[in-house]
Amino acid sequence: MEFKNPANILTVMVVGLCAVVPFLAPALGEPFYVIVFARIMIWAIAAVSLNLIMGYGGMISFGHAVYLGIGGYTIGILAFHGITSAWVQWPLAISTCALISLIFGAISLRTRGVYFIMITLALAQMVFFLSVSAERYGSDDGLNILARSDFGVSFFDLNDKLTMYYTIFGFLLASVFVSWRLIHSRFGAVIRAAKSNDTRVQAVGLSTYTYRLTAFVIAGVMCGIAGLLQANLENFVSPDMMNWPRSGELIFMVVLGGMSTVFGPVTGAFVFLMLSEILSTWTIHWHVIFGPFLVLLVIFARGGIAGLLTPGRTRE
Amino acid sequence: MLEVRGIEASYGDSQVLFGMDLTVGAGEVATLLGRNGMGKTTTVRTILGIMEPHGGEIYFEGARIDGLPSYKVAQSGIGLVPEGRQIFPNLSVRENLIAMARPRRIEGESWTFERVIDLFPALSARLERAGNQLSGGEQQMLAVGRALMTNPNLLILDEATEGLAPLVRTEIWNCLADLKDARQSILVIDKNLEVLTRIADRHHIVEKGRVVWTGTSDELRASGDLQARYLGV
Repeated sequence: MEFKNPANILTVMVVGLCAVVPFLAPALGEPFYVIVFARIMIWAIAAVSLNLIMGYGGMISFGHAVYLGIGGYTIGILAFHGITSAWVQWPLAISTCALISLIFGAISLRTRGVYFIMITLALAQMVFFLSVSAERYGSDDGLNILARSDFGVSFFDLNDKLTMYYTIFGFLLASVFVSWRLIHSRFGAVIRAAKSNDTRVQAVGLSTYTYRLTAFVIAGVMCGIAGLLQANLENFVSPDMMNWPRSGELIFMVVLGGMSTVFGPVTGAFVFLMLSEILSTWTIHWHVIFGPFLVLLVIFARGGIAGLLTPGRTRE
Repeated sequence: MLEVRGIEASYGDSQVLFGMDLTVGAGEVATLLGRNGMGKTTTVRTILGIMEPHGGEIYFEGARIDGLPSYKVAQSGIGLVPEGRQIFPNLSVRENLIAMARPRRIEGESWTFERVIDLFPALSARLERAGNQLSGGEQQMLAVGRALMTNPNLLILDEATEGLAPLVRTEIWNCLADLKDARQSILVIDKNLEVLTRIADRHHIVEKGRVVWTGTSDELRASGDLQARYLGV
C-alpha cells in the first residue's frame, strides 16, 4: 500500500476521525455526531462487502441491502421472543445470512449482466415484502428491540455507548482487513480474473461459479454483520433497511469511493452520508443539490474519489 | 492421448467444422496447419469445451471429454495458450501465474512458479506489474507460463507467435523445443512452417473444416505441391 497516495491519506484521516469521534464530538459540543459516525461505519461495512463482489468480481447486486435486513431482523425477532443472548443471536444472524446468500447466489449467479441485476433485486424485494407482511413483527412500522444483544459479561455491554461504538469500529477495521486479505489471496486473484474474462478462467480449469458463489456468501455474511450491528445500535429494525433504494445507495457509496479499491467504499460511505447529513440541515430540498452533485461526480470522476485523488490510476 | 473423431461444429447457422479428425500421441508434438478461416481455432475451442460440437467425439487419455464444461476439460489435463494471448490484464504477473496453478496429475517434474520464471527470465523483473503493462512478447511468455502452471499433460498453442518480434518468436520456439525434449505433448497451431517442420512429429492440414492431409515433417517438406495448394507457401 502506498501511503503517499492522497486517496490513502484521506482514508487514514477518515479512519482516524472515526477512532476519536466519541471524544472529539462531545468536546466540540456536537455529541450527536457520535451516532452519525456509528451509522456511517455500519454502512461502510456493508459497502466494503458489496465492493468485494461488485468492484472486484463484477457482480452488480441490486439487492445487497437485503442482508442488512436479514441480519437486523434475526436480532429483532429473537429479542421479540425473549432471546437476547449474543451467543445465540449473532451466530444465528450470521448463519441465516450465509444460508440466504448461498441460496440467492446459487440462483442469481447462473445469469449475467442485467439479468443478474434484476434477479438479485427480485429476490431481495421478495424478502422485503415478506417483512412488510409480517404483522407480528411490526410489518411496515418496523420492530422495536427492547434489549440489545447480551454477551453475559460485565466488561462488554453494548448498552454502554463507547462499547457499542468501538465494537462497530472494530468490525469496520476487520471487514477492511478481511477484504484486503481476500483480494490479495489466490482466491481474490481468481475472482478478479473472472471479472476480466470468465471464459478464459474456466479454460484454465477453474469453476468460476464456485468461486463467485463463495465470494457472494462472504459478502452476504459481512453485510449481515452490518445489519446486526445496526439493529443493536438503533434498537429498531424495519423493512426499509432492506428496500431497493438502500441497495442503490450502497452501490452509489462503492462507486463514489472507488470500485475495486479496498478503502474506497469506506470513504464513499463517509462522503455520501456526511454530505446528505450536512445538506439536510441547510434545506429540506437537499436532494435537489445532492442528486446533481452525485451525477457530476460519476461523470467527471470515473474512478470515484480514489480515482480523483490518484492520478493515472486505472480501474479494474 | 488426444483423439478427435469426426467433430462437427457451427457458429449459429454457419457450420465451420465438417468431420474434423485429429490425433496427438503421448510425448508428441503435432501441428494443425491451414489458411485463415479453415477452422483451426474452432477446433481448439471445441476440444476445450468452450464450443459444443453437434457431432463427433473427443477422447483425452481414454476418457470422452466432448460435452464437458471447459473447466472440467482443462482439469483433465489440457492447457491452452490462446490466440491473442488473453492474459488477465487486471492481475499482476505473479497473480496471473499463481492464481491458475494446479498440481501435476501424473508423475514427472511439476511446473512451479520458480521453474516458469527460470524458463522466462524476462518476467522476473516484471512480477508485480499488471498484465496490461507488459510488452506483447512478455504477455506471450506469461500466457505460456500460465498454461504450464496448470501442469498440463497436453499443451495447446493457438497462434502463439503471431505479431511477435523475431527475437521473442525465437525464444518461444526454443521454449517449445525444450518442452518437447521433456516429453511434453503439444498441439501447435501456427503458420511458421520452417520452424514447425523442425520441431513437430506430425502435421495435420485443415481445409474447409476437415483434415485433408496428415503426415510427418519429412513428408511435408518434400511436398511443395501440398504446401502451395493448402498453405499458400
